[in-house]
Amino acid sequence: MLFLVAFSSLFFLIGIVVILFVEGLPVFAHVSLSQFLFGKRWYPTSSPPQFGALPLILGSLLVTGGGLLFAVPLGLFAGIFLAELCPPRGREVMKPIIELLADIPSVVYGFFGVVVIAPFVRDLLSLSTGLTAFTAALILGIMAVPSIVSVIEDTLTSVPRSYKEASFALGATHWETLRRAILPAASSGIGAAIVLGAGRIIGETMAVLMVAGGAPVIPKSFFQPVRTLTATIAVEMGEASVGSPHYHSLFSLAIVLFLFTLVLNILVENLIPGGRRRVR
Amino acid sequence: MIKEEGLKRRYLVQNIWFAIFWLSMILIAAVLGLILYFILARGIKVINWEFLTAIPRRGMTEGGIFPAIVGTFYLVLGSIVVSLPLGVFSAIYLTEYASSDSPAVKAIRTAIHCLAGVPSVVFGLFGLAVFVKILGFGVSVLSGSLTLGIMSLPVVITSVEEALKAVPLSFREASLALGANRWTTIWRVVLPSSLPGILTGLILSVGRAAGETAPIMFTAAVFYARRLPQSIFDPVMALPYHIYGLMTEGTRPDKQVPLAYGTAVVLILLVIAVDFIAIYLRGKSRRTRKW
Repeated sequence: MLFLVAFSSLFFLIGIVVILFVEGLPVFAHVSLSQFLFGKRWYPTSSPPQFGALPLILGSLLVTGGGLLFAVPLGLFAGIFLAELCPPRGREVMKPIIELLADIPSVVYGFFGVVVIAPFVRDLLSLSTGLTAFTAALILGIMAVPSIVSVIEDTLTSVPRSYKEASFALGATHWETLRRAILPAASSGIGAAIVLGAGRIIGETMAVLMVAGGAPVIPKSFFQPVRTLTATIAVEMGEASVGSPHYHSLFSLAIVLFLFTLVLNILVENLIPGGRRRVR
Repeated sequence: MIKEEGLKRRYLVQNIWFAIFWLSMILIAAVLGLILYFILARGIKVINWEFLTAIPRRGMTEGGIFPAIVGTFYLVLGSIVVSLPLGVFSAIYLTEYASSDSPAVKAIRTAIHCLAGVPSVVFGLFGLAVFVKILGFGVSVLSGSLTLGIMSLPVVITSVEEALKAVPLSFREASLALGANRWTTIWRVVLPSSLPGILTGLILSVGRAAGETAPIMFTAAVFYARRLPQSIFDPVMALPYHIYGLMTEGTRPDKQVPLAYGTAVVLILLVIAVDFIAIYLRGKSRRTRKW
């Protein structure tokens, strides 16, 4: 009995994969795989409908890359600060701040983005709308910071003390020790932190749905509205009738999304040996 | 022999980098402060007794958010009913029964990690296809709770596992030496000792489930419900979905945006309260621990 319950996670994971494929594959009766992956037009409700997911895939990749541009330096530096520079008292203040940042619901981030960041970006750059890939990347970057910080901090504190002592004994400064001994020793953990951050961003739905602007076209610039895979699923599922090609096409988008996150997961799995990994 | 000049330069480089690290941390704290300030400052004046206890009126341009509070409460409660037993028993199996390098355990662990990485909107699709359509529960509290419960399973399993691992081996040995069998040992000794840790994990997962939107938008939530849910087969309003609805539906943004601010404040205060309870419990269990 206990044995069976223990397999529930595996059971649900397999269930998700099966459902995605069962509900997603029928769309390929209406569109070929290459048209789906490389088609440039996503007009699922026009007749005949067009299911080119390339703009959405590129939209997802653009906001993910952009988000990492903000989140990685900030998360890496703050993680180093917490592990190396922060006095214990300060840590008791900073840890709850990071946790709170992680626990704020994504719809609240989206709301904040719409009412505060987007108007600010629009006025700052004199754009016609503030709802752009850039704005989304900014918000998503903030959202990814907590997970990056905590993985970096865990990795750095698990570097053996002797590395540090040896480096100090050779006359290196604290910074040189960090740069030449600790960071190289922690490089795979840092890689894992970045990959986890990417996974967090690419799967994010509500914030990106509200902030990115929602235009399903191939992005030519960072400062124009885009639509991601997640946002498309969220916004169109309400209007797609069950069993229609449109309905199935949204599950196919979810397959693409799932494969992205699976690849990122396999990367993390290889960067951090299994048992040491924590789920947040 | 180290030259004085070289040493000065090396310390200058160090100071510049360390200043950058400090600034990054300050920037992160400032961002949190900014988010809280903007939302609380504008939202707190919307909140009064009526806002918390009345139903929405006039196409969501007036009135309160009571149904959304009730709906979120039901969904969170339902998700715990799903995730707690599954999570606790999975964690007991993983830490107390299985050897850590058996293929079954490896498969389960990989599944937990993969499940934790699945985007929330994909859980929403899964819930829509399985609970709403195939099992025929419809858009309902039941479908939403099941979806949220499955989604919070990885976090619950991991936190329960950590709580179980924190109980010293000698507790188990003492119990076994007194003639208790394995299950009695777990039930009477290990679980009670790890209760604060389990509770902390549970509270954190509650905070997350309360704020999730994507998993419930196809499975449980509606923009407007005319009555409170009468059974688990009724759809509900929910706080996070209410914010989204106020921002995207309707024709009176001048009246809806302030209501969205108010709803966001309620949601943020809920999350802060949950975090503080978790921190308090963690601190208390550390102070009163007898080992």
